[in-house]
Amino acid sequence: MSLTINLEVKKDVLCIRLSGELDHHSADELRRQASNAIEEYDIHHIILNLEQLSFMDSSGLGVILGRYKQIKQQHGEMVVCAISPAVQRLFDMSGLFKIIRLEPTEEFALQRLGVA
Amino acid sequence: MKNEMQIKFSALSQNESFARVTVAAFISQLDPTMDELTEIKTVVSEAVTNSIIHGYEQDPNGLVYITVKIEDGFIDMSIRDEGLGIMNVDEARQPLYTTKPELERSGMGFTIMENFMDEIEIQSQPGKGTEIRLRKHLSNSKMLCN
Repeated sequence: MSLTINLEVKKDVLCIRLSGELDHHSADELRRQASNAIEEYDIHHIILNLEQLSFMDSSGLGVILGRYKQIKQQHGEMVVCAISPAVQRLFDMSGLFKIIRLEPTEEFALQRLGVA
Repeated sequence: MKNEMQIKFSALSQNESFARVTVAAFISQLDPTMDELTEIKTVVSEAVTNSIIHGYEQDPNGLVYITVKIEDGFIDMSIRDEGLGIMNVDEARQPLYTTKPELERSGMGFTIMENFMDEIEIQSQPGKGTEIRLRKHLSNSKMLCN
């Protein structure tokens, strides 16, 4: 199973919805698509919806951290939502929740960023 | 009962998925929990990705070797490459340590392997390759009851 990447721009927020498996192989494509969208649409914030993500490893952590650094330069923030217990363990282990906010759903995440 | 399997494959990123799914299919005969299956798949993915990125620096001519043995509810895995090897294993095991930040590596691979498995042993020789040996006991080890 590969990774399906769905991107939607709402004002200055990029919603990234992932389904399938995020590993080293699929991380390159996600990096390319997300980076391009951030630059092209003058994005300040990112919502990462992981509801349909069935697998992730440390390569996923790397590409997420890379996008966080990208929007940090725009003084933006990143919100992750609908995260599975397995992915949550990886976030906990790496300390990503210290810099990335967690919300239960995409609606809550949009409200948090003031675009709902 | 002892059961064993071996695979070898080219150091290509598309084989990361092949490797973890194949190992998961083999150990599924032990009736692992979903959490255990996810842990094993994640660990295989980490070790294989390390071999591809660091061991072979993405040279597809390299080969990755996996051996899995199951016995009495224990899973013993070896994930091996004949690549560049690790100069300093203690340094490589530190959380968030990476030699390839430009590739957006998180440096969490060994930390995840240590957390998800019961035992880990890293043998590496610069210029010769790296072997990661991993051991885990499954909670629902039916093999003991048979």
